[in-house]
Amino acid sequence: MKIMESQIVTEQNKKINTEFINGAEAVVKILIEEQVEVAFGYPGGAIMPIYDALYDEQDRIQHVLARHEQGAIHAAQGFARVTTKTGVCLATSGPGATNLITGLADAQIDSTPLVCITGQVPSSLLGSDAFQETDVIGISMPVTKWNYQITDANEIPEVLAKAFYIASSGRPGPVLIDITKDAQFQKFDYSYTCFKKIRSYVPKPEIDPSSVEKAASAINNAKRPLILFGQGVILANAEKEFKKLIEKTGIPAAWTILGLSALETDHPLNVGMLGMHGNYGPNLLTNECDVLIAIGMRFDDRVTGNLSKYAKQAKVIHLEIDPAEINKNVKADIPVLGDAKETITHLLKLVKPSSHESWLQRFIDCAKIEQEKVIDKELNPDSETLSMGEVINIINKHTQGDAIIVSDVGQHQMVACRYSKFSKSKSNITSGGLGTMGFGLPAALGAKLGAPDRTVIAVIGDGGFQMTIQELATIYQTKAKVKVLLLNNEFLGMVRQWQQLFFEKRYSSTEMINPDFQTIVKGYYIPTKKVTERDKLEKAIEEFLNFDGAYFLEVMVGKENNVFPMVPSGAGVSEIRLE
Amino acid sequence: MTRMEKEEFTITAYTENHVGLLHRITIIFTKRKVNIESITASESEKEGIHRFTIAVTETEEAVEKIVKQIEKQVEVLKADYYKNKEVVQQEVALYKIPSKSLTNGIEVERIVRQHNARFLTIEKDFLVIEKAGFRRETKALFDDLIPFGINEFVRSGRIAVSREEHGIGEYVQQILSKN
Repeated sequence: MKIMESQIVTEQNKKINTEFINGAEAVVKILIEEQVEVAFGYPGGAIMPIYDALYDEQDRIQHVLARHEQGAIHAAQGFARVTTKTGVCLATSGPGATNLITGLADAQIDSTPLVCITGQVPSSLLGSDAFQETDVIGISMPVTKWNYQITDANEIPEVLAKAFYIASSGRPGPVLIDITKDAQFQKFDYSYTCFKKIRSYVPKPEIDPSSVEKAASAINNAKRPLILFGQGVILANAEKEFKKLIEKTGIPAAWTILGLSALETDHPLNVGMLGMHGNYGPNLLTNECDVLIAIGMRFDDRVTGNLSKYAKQAKVIHLEIDPAEINKNVKADIPVLGDAKETITHLLKLVKPSSHESWLQRFIDCAKIEQEKVIDKELNPDSETLSMGEVINIINKHTQGDAIIVSDVGQHQMVACRYSKFSKSKSNITSGGLGTMGFGLPAALGAKLGAPDRTVIAVIGDGGFQMTIQELATIYQTKAKVKVLLLNNEFLGMVRQWQQLFFEKRYSSTEMINPDFQTIVKGYYIPTKKVTERDKLEKAIEEFLNFDGAYFLEVMVGKENNVFPMVPSGAGVSEIRLE
Repeated sequence: MTRMEKEEFTITAYTENHVGLLHRITIIFTKRKVNIESITASESEKEGIHRFTIAVTETEEAVEKIVKQIEKQVEVLKADYYKNKEVVQQEVALYKIPSKSLTNGIEVERIVRQHNARFLTIEKDFLVIEKAGFRRETKALFDDLIPFGINEFVRSGRIAVSREEHGIGEYVQQILSKN
C-alpha cells in the first residue's frame, strides 16, 4: 500500500473518532457518507460480507438486484446520467466482475461517474486460480478512469474516498475497487474523510485568460460562426450559461447525441443534430462556417465523418476540460482548457451581442429541404407500415418534451435522438461512444430510480431488447414505473441498412425470427400491448403513458425502413445524403 | 523530418510509485499498436516520485497524443517527450563471454579498452564486461566480441535526461510544492 498521507492531502477537519468495525461494514458506512441512496448489483461468494452489511442498512441504501451484472452497471449509468451523481454498482469476483466490463467501457467512453465495487478471493489465494478468481484489475484497467485492489481493511476509507472523488471530478468516469474477502471480514479502526485533492491529479485545468480572450475575439469577428455542443455542457451543469452565450452572440448551435437536451429542442438557435444520421443543415454548414466553436465534445468520428474533409475552412475553438482531447481528432486553433461552466462564464463577459440572421437563415433553409425530403416522409409516411418516427412524434405530442428518453442502439436510437423533443436537460440517455446494444432497458430502470417524478421511456429495438431482456424482472421487482417502447422491425435494422446500401442487400444474419414478446413480458407481470395499425397507435400510446406503472408497448414498424439523412462512412460531413 | 514521419522519441513520465501503474501506462501503447522499444522505471531525484523512460519509434503526432494520455492517468504528475537531439541518453550493456578467451593473448583486453568498457567480474569459467553508451556503441562492442563467443548479452533500456537546465523535473517540483 503506497497511498499514504504523504501523497494525499485530505480535508483539514479530519474526524478523530474511530470505530472498530469490519471492512464490509466500513464500505457500507462510506456509501452512506457519500450519500449513496441506490446501489445496483448482484451478490456472490466473494462479496457476501458487504451484502451482509447492507442488510442492516436497507432503509438507507436501496439495493437493486439486477438479473445480470451488465444490467446492474447499465442501470447505475442511467441513474448517474439523470442525476449527475455517482452511480454505484456491486458485483462478486470472477464472472460477476467480468460481466461489468461492457458497462465500464461504456461509462469510460461516455464520461459517466461510477464507483464499482467487486469482491475478490481472499488475499492468500490471489494468483492461485482460486474459484471465481479473475485478474479484475488487469482486465478493467483499459476501461476505467482508475482502479485499485484492496487487500487490507485499513485501506478501505482512503481508497473509497479517492474512488468517489476521482469518479465524479473533472471529466467523470468509472472507477473499480476490488476488495478481497479477507479485507471485508477484517476488523480495523474506521474513520472517514471525503477527498478534495490528489497531488498528481488535475481534474480541472486552470483557465488561461488569454485563451478565452482569443476565443472571444474570434467569435466577435466571426461572420458565420457555428457552435457544436456535447455532454461537457451537461456534466459541468452549464446549461444556463450556455444558453446565455448563444443568445447573446446569436450563434446557431448543433448537438452531439450526448449533448442532446442540454438546450431545449425548440430553441430558435438549436439547429439540430450533428453527425452520421444528424440533420442536414449542421452537417452541410460545418464545412461553410468561418469559426467552429466546440464546447464539451470530442469530435467523435460519427460526428466528423472523414476528418480530411472536416471544417478545413474554419478557425476551430475548442472548449474542453480534458487536455488529451485537444488536437486528438481535430486541430484546435484556439484551445480553451477548463470546466465548461467556468470558461463559458468567462467568455460571456467578453463576447459582444450579435445576431447572424442571414447565416441562421441558411440553417432554416436546409431544415426546410430536410423536412420535405426526409422528415415529412418519416413522420407522415404514405406506406401502410408504421415508421419509427411517427411513433416518437406522437409521444412528443403527449409528453411535450418533458419525458426522459432512454434509447438503446441502432436505427431506433437515431430516430429517437432525431425526433424526440426535450424541454429539460439530462433527459436524453443513450449509449453514444460505445454503442452498447442492451443498454436501454437497464439504463431506463436506473434513470427512473434517479428521477422518480419524471416519465421515463425506454425506446428499444428488437435486437437490443433481447440482450438485457432479463432486466424486466428487476423492473417488476422494484415496481419502477418504466415505460418500455419496443420498435420491432424484426431485423437488426442498422446493420441491415448498411447491408442494403453498401453490401448489395446481402442480409447476412440480420433477420430476427423473434419470440412472442407479448407472452414473454406478460410472464414478468408487466402489462403489454402490441400495435400494428396506424389507427390504433395514438390510443395505445396514450394508454402506455397514462398507465400508473411499468408498461410495455410493442409497435411493429416497417421491416426495411432506413434512417436518413446519412453521411456514408468515409465521406465528409457535407456529402450528407438525404435519400 | 515532418510530424508524420517516424523517428526515435524518448518519453519521460514522473509518477507516484503505485502498483499497476506500469500496466496502465503500457496499455496506452497497446491500444494504439505502438511498440515500446524499451521502458525503465526508477526513483527520480524527488523522494517517492518515480520516473519512467520509454523509448519508441513513432510519428511526433502519435507520440504527442500518447504523452497526453499518459499524463491523464491519475497517478502521473507530468509527462513529456523528446527528440534524440534534446536528450542526453545512455544504455548499459553486459556481455558474458567464456574465460578462455582471455588466455588467447591480449585481444579481449585491447577491445575492452578500445571501447571504453570494463570488466565487471572475471570468474573461472566466464567473464562479464560492462559498457555504457549509445545503442550503436554497445552494438559495436558486441560485434567485436562475437569471435570470442558471447554466452549472454543484455542491454538496459534507454535512460535519458533532457538538455534543458531543469527539464520537466521543474514542473514536478512546482506540483509538489503546491501540495
